[in-house]
Amino acid sequence: MSVQVLNSSGNGNPLTAKDYATDQDVRWCPGCGDYSILKQVQTVLPTLDIPKEKTVFVSGIGCAARYPYYMNTYGMHSIHGRATAVASGLKAARPDLDVWIITGDGDALSIGGNHFIHLLRRNFNVNVLLFNNEIYGLTKGQYSPTSPKGKVTKSTPYGSVDHPFNPIALALGAEGTFVARSMDRDPKHLRDILLAAHEHKGTSFIDIYQNCNVFNDGAFGLFTDKATKDDHTLFLEDGKPLIFGKETKGIKLDGFKPIVVSLEETAADECWIHDPKDKIKASILSGFFEYDMNQGALPRPFGIFYKNERATYEDLLTEQIEDHKKTDNTDLDKLLSGENTWEVK
Amino acid sequence: MKEININRSKKEVVILFAGDSGDGIQFTGGQFTETVELFGNDISTFPNFPAEIRAPIGTEAGVSGFQLKFGSVEVFTPGDQYDVLVVMNAAALKVNLHNLRQGGVIVANISGFDSKNLKLAKYIDDENPLTNDSLENYEVHAIDISKLTKEALKDSGLSVKEIDRCKNMFVLGFIYWMFSQSPDNTIKFIQHKFKSKPEIADANTKALKTGYHYGETSETFTSRYEVKPAPLQKGKYRNISGNQATALGMVAAANHNNFELMYASYPITPASDILHELSKHKSFGVKTFQAEDEIAAVCAAIGASFGGSLAITGSSGPGIALKAEAMGLAVMLELPLIVVNVQRGGPSTGLPTKTEQADLLQMLYGRNGEAPMPVFAAASPKDCFDTIYEACRIAIEHMTPVVVLSDGYIANGAEPWRFPTSKDLKTITPRRPDKTDFLEDKFLPYERDEHEVRPWAVPGIKGFEHRLGGLEKELRTGNVSYNPENHQEMIRIREKKVNDIALDLPDQIIHRGNEGADLLVLGWGSTFGSIERAVKDLIEEGISVAHIHLRHINPFPKNLESLLRSFKRVIIPEMNRGQLSKLIRERFLIDAISVNKTKGIPFSVEEIKQAILKHQDHVSTSA
Ligand SMILES: Cc1ncc(C[n+]2csc(CCOP(=O)(O)OP(=O)(O)O)c2C)c(N)n1
Ligand code: SF4
Repeated sequence: MSVQVLNSSGNGNPLTAKDYATDQDVRWCPGCGDYSILKQVQTVLPTLDIPKEKTVFVSGIGCAARYPYYMNTYGMHSIHGRATAVASGLKAARPDLDVWIITGDGDALSIGGNHFIHLLRRNFNVNVLLFNNEIYGLTKGQYSPTSPKGKVTKSTPYGSVDHPFNPIALALGAEGTFVARSMDRDPKHLRDILLAAHEHKGTSFIDIYQNCNVFNDGAFGLFTDKATKDDHTLFLEDGKPLIFGKETKGIKLDGFKPIVVSLEETAADECWIHDPKDKIKASILSGFFEYDMNQGALPRPFGIFYKNERATYEDLLTEQIEDHKKTDNTDLDKLLSGENTWEVK
Repeated sequence: MKEININRSKKEVVILFAGDSGDGIQFTGGQFTETVELFGNDISTFPNFPAEIRAPIGTEAGVSGFQLKFGSVEVFTPGDQYDVLVVMNAAALKVNLHNLRQGGVIVANISGFDSKNLKLAKYIDDENPLTNDSLENYEVHAIDISKLTKEALKDSGLSVKEIDRCKNMFVLGFIYWMFSQSPDNTIKFIQHKFKSKPEIADANTKALKTGYHYGETSETFTSRYEVKPAPLQKGKYRNISGNQATALGMVAAANHNNFELMYASYPITPASDILHELSKHKSFGVKTFQAEDEIAAVCAAIGASFGGSLAITGSSGPGIALKAEAMGLAVMLELPLIVVNVQRGGPSTGLPTKTEQADLLQMLYGRNGEAPMPVFAAASPKDCFDTIYEACRIAIEHMTPVVVLSDGYIANGAEPWRFPTSKDLKTITPRRPDKTDFLEDKFLPYERDEHEVRPWAVPGIKGFEHRLGGLEKELRTGNVSYNPENHQEMIRIREKKVNDIALDLPDQIIHRGNEGADLLVLGWGSTFGSIERAVKDLIEEGISVAHIHLRHINPFPKNLESLLRSFKRVIIPEMNRGQLSKLIRERFLIDAISVNKTKGIPFSVEEIKQAILKHQDHVSTSA
């Protein structure tokens, strides 16, 4: 890690990843992608200028949601789907805290779908880490709202007929101000995205591909296996052209239609230059998901799709309160008496 | 000049103002209330809104009402039957006549009884009740209010529509005259309210005065009524509704004890007014959060509580059902949380604008697992303040979610309130973590005091980092534990914690009557006024009856059992199918008799009296 260590444990020593680990045994299945995500977060946290006691992890229910028990910060393992709601209340009450939400694809997009979209709309300054394994892990292997159509699982022995969510498109549609994708198998990329997410003021959403090696092993093999990943992943960087396939291929826009070009014929700087502030382009990028679902024609983008500043809910709320403290009654006795009183003598 | 005597002195009068939603009925009732309060009467009021927001004008569905009872004696309820029925149109008469006492007074606006209005009110063959003999048994004063108002304001320069809007002031003026009340307070109010529109202010004032003088000069009346001031307790008063009192209680609990208040809610009748009221008090640092649904609301409150706020969520029946899972979480987390349920008729959407007390068992038991929560109930509009304040104290000092029950009747009803000053408010002292909550250098978030209360450690404090969660906790450390002995012990502890709250609450008092009477009427919640009045009257008639009213339903007051056992018989009137009776029978093996009503309307005093007499008879004959 090349990141600078700013935080300190109070005794003059810099905090390390170990300081953020609890004494509880981590109980995920051996080989689960959750381990890597835990490690990357524990590595990133000491580099942030945030005291450990100001950091809070809030989760729902699922394998992923056990996460707060493994972080030696403040934390809450709440109920299925509601971490986003709990965190909203916490952040509204305590804007000074650094709040992280840990959720799964079932937790955030199925039972918690409503709270998820409203969190993004309100734009609380929190970070949402969606551990997306395209399956229900904790309940032992049913399809989830991100499982591809036709998925054979315990509850869909003949294949699922559900059309899946595209989490990036959903987050953009819900007015998210920071929308990104990363994966458990690329620690460096994940750390960079975590840092960028934390830095963003507003709700930062990261769709993290996470391998459930017990119930959905290899779901993201196309993007992680040596043999296929170069041709199927596209790493987005601000101001850089969209190129992939070991710099042999690029993406150009034909009207609104993205097409793959060979870099032997087209120069890299003639390709689509990534601008995470451009919401229309972000939504075209989010649509790569459909293309490759249907035809495998386009690579899957990773990185920051969209990022834009918008006032946060807690700032607006605090501002309104401060304004009214200046102009309105602040005397409890006056409030209790109201404007129309009379006396019985 | 005719002779007018103030010869009909009355102890109590019940008036219903009724008309279309657009007739300014609520305003009229509100002004009358203010005036008699200032005069010194005791009063209880209840608005009755139509279920539809904009029901067609002139129809029965569109009738809005404002009922009030004022008196020279202590007033407990807005009254059973009306003495005076003021109707602005035919539909208003049609839906309310059945509740006017025999010989009662009807004040009717004639132009509201034209053929169009009669048709809309579905009077057969447009038969006009004001002109046929159907109202023979009442004292009818049919006045062409619309026409008289129009005439009085013909030079006002206002439009026909604006003039028509002043007719409620004519009525009010007339009623002031009828009850020997001065219109001055309302004139002052009007002048202030329409400060920027002097022509409107003057027109309303003129209509009011015209109505008042009409009483004096018209030939219809030979007598006026007088209701003398009531001997109220000395002190400063204001008028307050239940929802308002609930909201103010929350602000007071937070402000007086330096907590930040967070109220998270999703709109629902009849709880919404709490959210509306609180959202006005930003200057007290109140944070209101209108969530996307009731689940989000309770969860946001839990988050805020974890963050150290006084966190409250409120709703009504269906919304409370949605909160159940999260309330169980709060039980497990052992965080302070208040859940207000302003009950309405159920099940499902039920009767949203009507009242009921049928969520008691839901609040006590409606969660998965053994999830005990304290349950308190408010007895009257003003009692909502004390009840919520106490609930806040108990939630914080005992680290537990607490339920507060109110209902549509007391939430919308209003009465004079001898409001407290901040000096009268109790101090709320949370159990903050300290050195004793450590095992070596490890903080124990589930270390407890002798009443099983764990420390409230709020994020941001170094050295107290800990994780809460819905999974079963290990004793003291709060770590996840699947140990069978531990689970059983934790269930016992959580139960004891709630039961121990009884030690921190006052003993149950007898509201009226004496220990050992033949019959006890045991009540909870909004039945207070009717029971109190019925028992008072019957005691005066020499009947051996008493009234006990419960605020604390879980845990029950320590002395409740011994009190109950002193009576020969216990009856329990409830607006449900017998939920408190079930609890009393189950807990104490006392053969309490349930008296039920589930019509969406409160018990009348008369109904309670009937029930008392029926069972009292039984006691005396079997004795
Ligand atoms: C109200 C409720 N319904 C259902 C469950 C059962 N449940 C627990 S986790 C889960 C799905 C978890 O899937 P996901 O969010 O994708 O997380 P993962 O386990 O895969 O990390 C379900 C259905 C529950 N705990 N609570
Ligand atoms: S079931 Fe899957 S997601 Fe859950 S811990 Fe095991 S491998 Fe990880």
